[in-house]
Amino acid sequence: MEPVFIIATLSYMLSCACYFGYLFFQKAVLQRTAVGLMATGFALHTVSLVSCGIRAGHFPVNNLHETLSVTGWAIAAVFLAFFFRYKLKVLGIYAAPLITLIMIAAYQMPRPVSQDPQLLKSWWLAAHIVTIFLGNAAFALACGLGMLYLLQENTIKNKTRGFFFSRLPSLDLLDTTGYASIVVGFSMITIGLITGVVYAKAIWGRFWSWDPKEVWSAVTWLFYAALLHERLTDGWRGRRAAIMAIIGFCVILFTFFGVNFLLQGHHGTFTAM
Amino acid sequence: MRDIVLLGLNHKTAPVDVRECIAFTAEETDRALVMLRGNPTIGESVLFSTCNRIELLMAVDERDAAVRIAKAFIAEFKKVPLSQFENALYQYVGDEAVRHTMQVAASLDSMVVGEPQILGQMKEAYRKATVEKTSGVILNKLLHRTFMVAKKVRTETGIGGHAVSISYAAIELGKKIFGDLEGKRIMLIGAGEMAELAVDHLIRNRAGTITVANRTFSSGVELANRFRGKAIKFEEIIDCISDVDIVISSTGAPEYVLQKNQIKAAMKSRRNRSLFFIDIAVPRDIDPAINRINNAYVYDIDDLKGIVDENIDDRNREAVKAHRIIDEAVIGFHQWVDTLKVVPTIVSLRGKVETMARQELEKTLVSLNHLSESDKRAIQRMTGALVNKILHEPTDYLKKDGCRGNKSVALDLTRKLFNLEENH
Repeated sequence: MEPVFIIATLSYMLSCACYFGYLFFQKAVLQRTAVGLMATGFALHTVSLVSCGIRAGHFPVNNLHETLSVTGWAIAAVFLAFFFRYKLKVLGIYAAPLITLIMIAAYQMPRPVSQDPQLLKSWWLAAHIVTIFLGNAAFALACGLGMLYLLQENTIKNKTRGFFFSRLPSLDLLDTTGYASIVVGFSMITIGLITGVVYAKAIWGRFWSWDPKEVWSAVTWLFYAALLHERLTDGWRGRRAAIMAIIGFCVILFTFFGVNFLLQGHHGTFTAM
Repeated sequence: MRDIVLLGLNHKTAPVDVRECIAFTAEETDRALVMLRGNPTIGESVLFSTCNRIELLMAVDERDAAVRIAKAFIAEFKKVPLSQFENALYQYVGDEAVRHTMQVAASLDSMVVGEPQILGQMKEAYRKATVEKTSGVILNKLLHRTFMVAKKVRTETGIGGHAVSISYAAIELGKKIFGDLEGKRIMLIGAGEMAELAVDHLIRNRAGTITVANRTFSSGVELANRFRGKAIKFEEIIDCISDVDIVISSTGAPEYVLQKNQIKAAMKSRRNRSLFFIDIAVPRDIDPAINRINNAYVYDIDDLKGIVDENIDDRNREAVKAHRIIDEAVIGFHQWVDTLKVVPTIVSLRGKVETMARQELEKTLVSLNHLSESDKRAIQRMTGALVNKILHEPTDYLKKDGCRGNKSVALDLTRKLFNLEENH
């Protein structure tokens, strides 16, 4: 389904362009077009992934190309859900370029054939992958919201009110949506880790094997658990919450890519190049 | 053809005591319009009066006589000697009057450029004029155009954007911090016109409870009653601060009323929810170092003034665009006025009828091939004669003073009856 993949990428690109146009010219029609293109891209992308999965007979996360593609897809899904829930228009400025870049990177990647397709045929695994990817996508959005928060907070604190002051929404909206995306992300990766552990038991015979991937996943989970706990007890909101959301996402990036490339472990096949 | 004449004074030409004397109340406006209608020298009139300006817009046949009569009328009606305000009066004629009217409606001539009330006030003045039937073809057209232009200026330029008063600037900032001000709790420390105005704005934005702290408890209670809030003792401020979202401070205290370490402790007990300080006092009440605490924001009077100045600059920049829009509209209106002149109307009327006759003639002659050349010429002559006969009376009527005084009505009607193009 190569052509569909390319058209989806082009839709994301155009959406990205419309978002930049919206940022500069503040015309509502650009923003509506951008969301429309994003939704179109997402629909095509879904078609492309499904057909790819059917052809391979398992979830398409066999190599880095497929993994990146699923990552972009998950971010688009979570972004669209958040957009329709919170009407936070400006977030597209972050999400659209991010998705576009991931898609372009995915397109560039070689596509080696899977070593052991049997490993991938399980419903537990499908649940594990979907929830982990959606969870990470939510954290990616939380990171973007954190950056936008810091940007807006900076203009208000320094009383500079430049380009972004009128274009970014209120601090409160950025903070609550950031919080909501962390709650969503945390719920998702919790389910993801549980299904992953169950699947590990099924295929390797034990729940936990101190593999670097497992350790770092646990670190990520604990990090976000601590973040949520502090918010609920000590009121970690605003600036601190925004910074933590950004750091948290860096930890995720390391868990996701760093572990595979630097530490090796049993998830290596998903980023095969 | 009638001239458009505008006679008026505003905040730039007349001090407030003069404006007070000349201003027309709604009831006076009605009465004045009836009297103006009774005066044959003043053909059409619209009277527009606010606290910042009085404008009498007229369409008249004899300009100088009309101006003289209008001035005398204002002096007599308001029982103020003409000499007291004559110097403050400005007078615009023709295109200049049109431009001025449009600029006023688009709020380019206002004390605060871009303030939105003026258009509504002008529409009301025009409504009165239509009720009293003092505005006719010319002023109707002018004011319809003016309202369209004013709307265009508002939507196509940023002239009405962003706050240009201290209290509005504070509200705008509050919205950037809290999103929605609904239910946000306010604490007012001290008193003062600007601070109270800010509280009024906040209440209009459906803010929550108002707490008033004053050194003199009794005046605090009084103010609290006005805002339907509660009064607290000055010493209680720091205890109550964990329960409010916006603090407006305006006391005469020589030193800071709120210190950084106090707020730092308070932030903990309010679990870091945002706290917005608006410090209107000089010398300042709120320690500026508080701005460095996470989720606490301090804006003092200078910061707010800075925002206001910036916004005023923005508006003035946008005003340039607005002037361009108005210039275009003035030209458009001028073209319409030209059509009301007798000669162009007669020319285009004749042109229209002649074209129709020629077209019909051509159509008919095509199917009448058996006619000889001389027969065809005879039919052509007859058509020409018909056109002349038909147009003779209307042309005469328009040329001579058949329509008794107000020619523009007859011209406008002619244009409408025969659907003549405006920009002929």
